[in-house]
Amino acid sequence: MRREIPLLITGIVGAVFVLQYFIPHWPFSKMNAWFSDWFSIVAAFAIWLGALNLMKISLQKIAGRKEDWGYAIVIIVSFLVIVIPGFGGGQGYREAGTFFSWLYEWVYTPLSSTMFAILAFFVASASYRAFRARNLEATLLLVAAFFVMLGRVPVGDLLTGFMPTGWQLSDLAGWVMNFPQAAGQRAIMIGIALGLVSTSLRIILGIERSHLGGE
Amino acid sequence: MKFDLGTARQLRILLLLLAMALATVVSTGAVSAQGEPVDRVDPDVTGEPMIDSVAMLPADSIPDEAYPAPPTDIAVKDTPNDDGGSIDISWSLSIDDYEGGKVDRYVIMRAPAVNGQPGEFVEIGDVTGRANKVRDGNATEGEAFFYKVVAVNREIRDGVLMWEATTESEAAGPVASSAQWFDWRRLNVFVGVILLCAFILYFINQAQKGKDLFIRKIAGLEAVDEAVGRATEMGKSIFYIPGTQDMNNVQTIAGVTILGRVAELAATYDTWLEVPVSRSLVMVTAKEIVKEAYSKVGRPDSFHEDQVHYLTDDQFGYAAGIDGMVVREKPATIFFMGAFYAESLILAETGNSIGAIQIAGTAMPSQLPFFVAACDYTLIGEELFAASAYLSREPKLLGSLKGQDIGKAVVLVSIIVGVILESLGIWEFSKLFRVID
Repeated sequence: MRREIPLLITGIVGAVFVLQYFIPHWPFSKMNAWFSDWFSIVAAFAIWLGALNLMKISLQKIAGRKEDWGYAIVIIVSFLVIVIPGFGGGQGYREAGTFFSWLYEWVYTPLSSTMFAILAFFVASASYRAFRARNLEATLLLVAAFFVMLGRVPVGDLLTGFMPTGWQLSDLAGWVMNFPQAAGQRAIMIGIALGLVSTSLRIILGIERSHLGGE
Repeated sequence: MKFDLGTARQLRILLLLLAMALATVVSTGAVSAQGEPVDRVDPDVTGEPMIDSVAMLPADSIPDEAYPAPPTDIAVKDTPNDDGGSIDISWSLSIDDYEGGKVDRYVIMRAPAVNGQPGEFVEIGDVTGRANKVRDGNATEGEAFFYKVVAVNREIRDGVLMWEATTESEAAGPVASSAQWFDWRRLNVFVGVILLCAFILYFINQAQKGKDLFIRKIAGLEAVDEAVGRATEMGKSIFYIPGTQDMNNVQTIAGVTILGRVAELAATYDTWLEVPVSRSLVMVTAKEIVKEAYSKVGRPDSFHEDQVHYLTDDQFGYAAGIDGMVVREKPATIFFMGAFYAESLILAETGNSIGAIQIAGTAMPSQLPFFVAACDYTLIGEELFAASAYLSREPKLLGSLKGQDIGKAVVLVSIIVGVILESLGIWEFSKLFRVID
């Protein structure tokens, strides 16, 4: 029963999701929203499992003086500093002027932006490796990337301004993006779509059950 | 043909689904022609000059020639393929409706049907001149209505409305809205899904009967054993990152199914496996899978609850947390399997910087180039979904891969035929594949 009930629920919900795409009539027209709401409710309650797990592991690290236990203190302090004003602020905890909103605006947002900004450096280092002309494929990638990047900035057209329209760098960059790139991406998308259908069917029919543990 | 219980059950379920779907198709009767998208009734969208004030002249002072001819051929019908509560209204333009003509806008009037006759008409909205169809999205389902379309000519001087000359069409109706049991615009998708499901189930059946199915080698999956072995040899840990999405994402499910195989290998070689997750539900699922894998290889005592642990739901907080752990613990092997967004390169480049062997798999096309650039092996799109079958070699799962390949072949042939026919000026074939959302 431990495995049959989840399989049954998965099968029914999966089948209803498929049917609701083809059937506009009530109740199918509402089922997508209902199930999404239920998922959100379950996920909202489940977040406590994650939060308690985080606290438990961090406290164990501190208690056992395990390696890097100082970071566990940072986690617990950060957690409490954001959770207490969040719950303490009542329903209006996100309104401007609250401590939670201050934390969000002046601590959380800059930290997130910093992490996102680091991406620029990682793109540079990854590009350097990817564009090294080690073989024919990498050389083609390098040449295509060179033209696309140059064609996407004004200096590209400045350099090729003497060429007739349609032959300038921005046109070449557009061609690379709209034809070879789009064709490759669509091929991947078709494969993904078929893979999705196949995986979904396996899950709905209960053939794929390793996500339930074992088998 | 012999089926085992499992296959027979699957076929019964599919047939049941098919029968339900066909029943709904049959019960709807004739196919309605689908109209093109039409404007919703919206009083705010008139595109006319702004009126600051109104100085309406008496009706008898409006010149006769100011009155436009009425719109004709008013047609009203229940909006097809919807969940009810909507009626489509169309008409032939007034003969005075042309560039610089006498029609500024059309006002839509609606009246409830009382004993088959129209009751009191009230305005429900308007559209600009030259529009000849509109959708009333506020019709109560099952209640019959009559509609009129009124051509309006207005004189506006310096922002002042001087007069308004209107001519009504004849009333059309009664018509009532109703919900349909099948969206005929999606018939092609329905047929496609049924065909694909049939291919998959056929090959599952073939695989169960012992037929040898050729599945091409997937380098990224062949390298799983090697990657786990490397961590064992180096005496270092393995990190498994199942993406940043929840269990309602198929990619996450595909990601955690591969985790089972990796956990079995890690348990066999007694190598520490760490699974930091960003969703509570994924944590619960992953914990169960890893625990089961350790039991399966006879090492239940080696499993630690802390192996699978939650970090944060926040995208960049999660990336920062994993980066910190990777830099401090320096795992020998990192798996990225699931749905990733902008954090993909942040994670993969950090792993690359410490020299870990990295295997990634995702169906997010925009993140694939990043993984290809930063990881040793990348499962591209469908390979992620194939991983579970590939690693387990379970006949039923392998059969589904074969069915998927046939689906791909059908798509390929359709594209080639479509390109040839389009080049020859035959457009009908490509219309079969048009999907309307």
